[in-house]
Amino acid sequence: MDLIRIKNVEKTYKTGVTAIYDLSLNIQKGEFVFIIGSTGCGKSTLIKMLYREEKPTSGIINIGGINVSKLKNRNVYKIRRKIGVVFQDFKLLPKSTVYENVAFALEIFGLPNSEVHSKVIKALELVGLKHKAKNYPHQLSGGEQQRVAIARAIVNGPKLLICDEPTGNLDENTSMEIMKVLDEINKLGTTIIMVTHDTEIVNKMKKRVILLDSGRIVKDYKEGEYVHEGV
Amino acid sequence: MRVFRILGRNIRDSFKSVFRNFSLSLASIACIVITLIVVSIAMILSFNVNNFTKAVERDMTIVAFLNRDVSLERVEEIKDEINVINYVESFTFEDKMTISEEMMEESSDFDSILDKYEEREDNPLLDAFQIKVTDINQIEEVANQISQIDGVYNVKYGEGMVEQLVSVFDIIKKISYGVVIALVIVTAFLISNTIKITIFSRKREIEIMRLVGASNINIKIPFIFEGLFLGLFGSIIPVLATIFGYEALYNTFNGQVISPFIQLIVPLPFTYFVSLALIAIGILVGMFGSWRAVKKYLKI
Ligand SMILES: Nc1ncnc2c1ncn2[C@@H]1O[C@H](COP(=O)(O)OP(=O)(O)OP(=O)(O)O)[C@@H](O)[C@H]1O
Ligand SMILES: [Mg+2]
Repeated sequence: MDLIRIKNVEKTYKTGVTAIYDLSLNIQKGEFVFIIGSTGCGKSTLIKMLYREEKPTSGIINIGGINVSKLKNRNVYKIRRKIGVVFQDFKLLPKSTVYENVAFALEIFGLPNSEVHSKVIKALELVGLKHKAKNYPHQLSGGEQQRVAIARAIVNGPKLLICDEPTGNLDENTSMEIMKVLDEINKLGTTIIMVTHDTEIVNKMKKRVILLDSGRIVKDYKEGEYVHEGV
Repeated sequence: MRVFRILGRNIRDSFKSVFRNFSLSLASIACIVITLIVVSIAMILSFNVNNFTKAVERDMTIVAFLNRDVSLERVEEIKDEINVINYVESFTFEDKMTISEEMMEESSDFDSILDKYEEREDNPLLDAFQIKVTDINQIEEVANQISQIDGVYNVKYGEGMVEQLVSVFDIIKKISYGVVIALVIVTAFLISNTIKITIFSRKREIEIMRLVGASNINIKIPFIFEGLFLGLFGSIIPVLATIFGYEALYNTFNGQVISPFIQLIVPLPFTYFVSLALIAIGILVGMFGSWRAVKKYLKI
C-alpha cells in the first residue's frame, strides 16, 4: 500500500530556478528509501515538499490521504504532526533540556503529563539517551544531539520519518550508530526517507535508492540492487 | 481539560522563557518601567487637578445683589429670568429680612443697629441671589447676563484669580491625558519593536515549533503570555514608586498645596486604583507588543 504518491510534480523557485522537473514517485508503507544525487540536484527541495516547507509549482503530493500540495500555510501543522523530520544541524532548542526538547512535540497536543512522560522516556530509550534526559543540548556530542532530534521526530509515532543528511555532521562510527537507530525505527513500522551524500552508508544498508540528477529521477534501485560504482 | 493543560504549559513555558532570555527581557521590562512611571505621574497629576477643580467649582458661586427698593413681586420675576439663562445649575434667594435676623442673632452689635428697621422698605441690607453654574468657564458670561436683569444692583463672583487657576488646571488635565495616551501608544510600539528584536533571536525557536507541528495559535500564545509577564514584572517598580512615593509626597505637603484651599487626594485607596491601572496598562501593552511582534514571524 502506498503511503506517498507524488504525481507530475514540478518545482520552480521564485528566483526562476527549476529544482524538480515532472517527478512521479510512489513509496509504500514501511519502506526505507535513500535519495541520493550530486549537490544541487533537488534532493532537499523534493523532501521539503513532502513536509510542506515548500509548495509544488504543479502536480500532486498525497501522503496518507492528505493532499499536501494543496495545504494552506496556516494548516501546515496538520501534516507536520503526522511526519517526523530530522536535519543535519539537529535543530534542538538550546535553552531546553533533552527531555523538554522531546516533550515539546507532544505537549502542544495537550496530552496529560503522565502520557507525555511515558512517551518521552520510551523515545529516549529507543535512541539510547534516557540517562541524558536532564542535560542541555550543548552538553551532548553531535551524535547524541542527533539522537535527541530523532527521538523528538518519532515521539508521537509518525507514519513517516524524513531525514535530510542526518549524518552529514557526524563521523563514520557515529553515523553508523544513527543508522542503527533509524533501522530499528523502520523495523517498528515507520516509513523512512533519507537524503544522504554518504554512499558508504547506502551501500551497507541495502535499501531502495533513488538517484536524482538535475531535478529528475534517473534511477530507482530496488532493495539490494544499488552498488556504489567507482571509488 | 485538554485546553487547560495546553494553557497551563504555555504559561509555564513563557514564564521560563522570560528568565531564559533574561537580558532581552530586561530591555522590554525597562521600557515598560519608564513608561509606567511617567504614566503614573501624569495620572496622579490629572486626578489631583481634577480634584482641585471640582473643589473650586463647588465653592464658586455668583452673588447678585438686588436694588434696595425691589419688590417681592419683582423678585419672583427675576427668579424666572435667572431660570432661563444657560449654564445656571441652581440658585437660592436670600431675603434681606432673613439675613438681618440672622445677623441680629449672631451679635448684639448688629442687634442694636438693625433692630430699628422692622419694615422691609427700611432695611439697609440688599436682597441677594446665590447662583451656581454648571460650567466654571461660563461664569463670566452668566454673571454678565444676570447684571443686565432689571432690578439687579451688582454682581460679584470669584476673584479673577480663581477662574484663571481653574483654566490652568483644565490645561494641565488635558495635557496629562494627552501625555498618558501618547505614551501608552508609543510604548506599545516600542515594546513591540524590542520584543521583535528578542524574537528575531528566537526565529529558530519558532521554526522548530512549526517543524514539530505547532499551529499558529500554539506559537502565538506562549509569546503573548510572555508579554503578559513582561508587563507584570515591568509594573512592579512603578507600582511601588506610586504607593510609597505619593504617600511621601502627601506627608511632605501635609496634604495640601500652597493653601488649605487646594487639597491633595488622600493616598489610600487612591494609589491602589492608580496601581491597578498601571498593572493593567503594563499587561495590555506587553501582550499587544508581543502579539504584534510574533505576528511578523508567522506564516499565515
Ligand atoms: N529557497 C530557494 N530559493 C531559490 N532557489 C533554491 C532554494 N532552495 C534551493 N534552491 C535551488 O534549487 C536547486 C536544488 O536545491 P536543493 O537544496 O534541493 O539541492 P540539494 O540536492 O539538496 O543539494 P545539497 O546536496 O547541496 O543539499 C539548487 O539549484 C538551489 O540553488
Ligand atoms: Mg540539500
